[in-house]
Amino acid sequence: MILQINHDHQRFRKIVKGKIRDDLRKFLTRGELLGREGHKYISIPVRGIDTPHFRYGDNNDSGVGKGDAKAGDALGDGDGMGPGGEQEGRHLMEVEVSLDELAEILGEELKLPRIRPKGKHRITAERDRYVGIRQSGPESLRHFKRSFRRALRRQMMSGLYNPDAPRIIFERRDKIYRSWKTVLSPQSNAVIIYMMDVSGSMGDEQKELVRLEAFWIDAWLRKNYQGIESRYIVHDVRAAEVDRETFFRIREDGGTRISSAFRLARELIDKTYTASEWNIYLFHFSDGDNSSESDSRECCALLRQHLLPGLNLFGYCQVASAYGSGNFFNVVTEQLSSQEAVIATRVNTKDDIYDSIKKFFAAGR
Amino acid sequence: MNRRLPADIAEQADRIAEFARLESLDFYPTVFEQMTSEEMSQVAAYGGFPQRYPHWRFGMEYERLRKQHRYGLGRIYEMVINNNPCYAYLLVDNMMVDHKTVIAHVYAHCDFFKNNYWFSKTNRRMIDEMANHATRIRRYMDRHGVERVERLIDTYLSLENLIDPHSAFMLRERPRGEVRRRAREEDERRPATRYPAKTYMDRYINPPEQMAREQEEDRKKEEKAKDAFPPTPMRDVLGFLLEHAPLEDWEADILAIIREEAYYFAPQGQTKIMNEGWASYWHSTLMTRYILTAEELVDYCEHHSGTLATYPGRLNPYKLGIELLRDIENRWNTGRFGPAYDACDDMAVRRLWGKDKAPKHRVVGRGSPGREKIFEVRALYNDVTFLDEFLTPEFVDDQKLYQYRHDPATGRMVVVTRDFEKIKQQLLFMLTNHAQPYIYVVDGNYRNRGELYLAHKHTGADLDVKYAVETLKELHRIWKRPVHLNARIDDDPILFTFDGEQSSQQHIDDSLDHPRAKF
Repeated sequence: MILQINHDHQRFRKIVKGKIRDDLRKFLTRGELLGREGHKYISIPVRGIDTPHFRYGDNNDSGVGKGDAKAGDALGDGDGMGPGGEQEGRHLMEVEVSLDELAEILGEELKLPRIRPKGKHRITAERDRYVGIRQSGPESLRHFKRSFRRALRRQMMSGLYNPDAPRIIFERRDKIYRSWKTVLSPQSNAVIIYMMDVSGSMGDEQKELVRLEAFWIDAWLRKNYQGIESRYIVHDVRAAEVDRETFFRIREDGGTRISSAFRLARELIDKTYTASEWNIYLFHFSDGDNSSESDSRECCALLRQHLLPGLNLFGYCQVASAYGSGNFFNVVTEQLSSQEAVIATRVNTKDDIYDSIKKFFAAGR
Repeated sequence: MNRRLPADIAEQADRIAEFARLESLDFYPTVFEQMTSEEMSQVAAYGGFPQRYPHWRFGMEYERLRKQHRYGLGRIYEMVINNNPCYAYLLVDNMMVDHKTVIAHVYAHCDFFKNNYWFSKTNRRMIDEMANHATRIRRYMDRHGVERVERLIDTYLSLENLIDPHSAFMLRERPRGEVRRRAREEDERRPATRYPAKTYMDRYINPPEQMAREQEEDRKKEEKAKDAFPPTPMRDVLGFLLEHAPLEDWEADILAIIREEAYYFAPQGQTKIMNEGWASYWHSTLMTRYILTAEELVDYCEHHSGTLATYPGRLNPYKLGIELLRDIENRWNTGRFGPAYDACDDMAVRRLWGKDKAPKHRVVGRGSPGREKIFEVRALYNDVTFLDEFLTPEFVDDQKLYQYRHDPATGRMVVVTRDFEKIKQQLLFMLTNHAQPYIYVVDGNYRNRGELYLAHKHTGADLDVKYAVETLKELHRIWKRPVHLNARIDDDPILFTFDGEQSSQQHIDDSLDHPRAKF
């Protein structure tokens, strides 16, 4: 059935995607896109447009709640009937979404750029996902909790349930089974190499930003592209390959020689990933404070001569740092501006992460 | 889909209506329709109406509601429109017991719409009116372009909250002639400040030259005020713009539509707690007293407690409303009211109040003084007056209410106090003017240059500066001359200005021109 509201909904989606009404872009709300790493669930806000109106500001963050808490106890964030009243300001509602779903939402606007069918065997892959329930199915897929609940309800209603000796017996009609859907997803051979600067000039805050960005790129890619390989490199003056866990956790110190990482990446590519067989994506995260000008020059030379010819994309993401010049960003943009496969972004706060990812993966580039 | 109600549900609706009438609920005829959840999301996004004008914000709301439904975060159980006849929607895949609960709940809402004073001025043909609005705006879109009309609506919506919910109850604007006449009369009656004095002391205590000077000053002030425009600061900014902003006919018509709809919805915002409390009170009373069958009990209890659930640190208007109504009923049944009770500050005595005097066969429920009292409350009060009058320390204690505040040090919400006065103050602040700031039009001809001067009446919280600056830009699109906003930020009076090209802020002191009217 076609609902009248679909028209309004379409229009809203178009505004969110920036196709129409550019003047509203600046009022788009997205709040915190980033959830906790390592947990399965994260909370994301629903997109909204918050047109300006006169409202109270920050010194108004108080309200009345209900419960057992003592004075001084902290509440969960955003609890309570806030001063926003009932109707207004609720556009930004936190929804608990699984990582998969979040990646899906990201995916509406993003695409792995310039991916090409390479390699032999992988065009599409089938995957089963358990997405619903049904009345019949194999016992191995029985949804125990739901079945139990139905049985309990039936027994309570028919008076068979004895709370002192609770014994729930399933009947045929109580049983509920999981059902699945087969999803086809395209596959290409692709490898993503993440390189991170973990030198001393990167403070905890910078590392946190880098990790979040890398985490999201990783989450999104894994969701949307099956069979993607990821390799992780950390470097200060020396580079080393590490596993995913270590990459997101490691704390190090020392100076910075960016070329070390590039050299390692080159070795990796030469050894395992030939450009004719693989889509190769290279990401580098740093505060841009390289140890010397000559090393920066060497980086550019490495990139231009050895790496870029075989790469689909080189993404450079620079975080703002209290120390250092952050000069490498300029080096990259100036020296390599003619290269189509090079994208450089800056991330100063968490808010920038989304834009940065979008810049890397803007759909239809 | 076919929205007609199946016979069995229709039969239940009639049955429940009879019980409701028996309990003296008095409502408009009510039409129930059933809908799928998708349709329900649409109708909910449209604020309950089947037809609204085209605008993306309904699409935004729809997306939110649909996601909410999809992730199982909540579903819309009931939806009812203040209209004569009342329209209400039932979710098609609900169980019968849910339908019954919703129907009982809806009748109480209808009773509230019909009898609460704050709803007395609302248009009871709003469904038709909304459809008319939609047609008119579609026509303007055909003629002037979707984008242009939509942009204009966005601008109006930025100012949508600048209405005066009390204005339906007052004489809108006195004719200018009358204002002048009254001012003149007052002038003649009151010859400056004269202190009482014996005759022989009079010329020392009230020196004639001083009197003359004051009189002259007063006269000048009055003279100035005569030209004030509007004569007194007014809160109905939308109304003022409608009258005086340089708008094309169609632009003004759209503004009139937005304003009318804002006024229509205002009483619902003013009575959220009472309205939901009243409806919950009655679905609970009707269901448990008359309607529930044994096998429905468990499901009913689950859903009833679901609606009234309060999570730690959260306040549920349904819960607050129903508990406070029950508390009032109970207090009036046990004589816990009146000056003697109010004056008593011995908590122990208050707790036991009325216990000793309770007659053996006290009437509760129908016909009891408590029941009569809550009927009176539903007719006369809104959320603010409701809480102001009936919130008691015992209630706050029993309900475990507390006040919380954002702690800038940790960035978390922290429980501050369980002190009754503080909590009450906080609740009232949150409810007053629907938690919207008070903005007045002070001068529509500021500096005699046709500039618009608004002012924020500071009631404890500052305006959000970023939002205010952007809103002024929107306002300028309508007024088309420089616009100003006087607001106190960090105890400093600031004049925000947008002149069409740039925004500016300056500290208000005597070097700035004053608006004509006093604020």
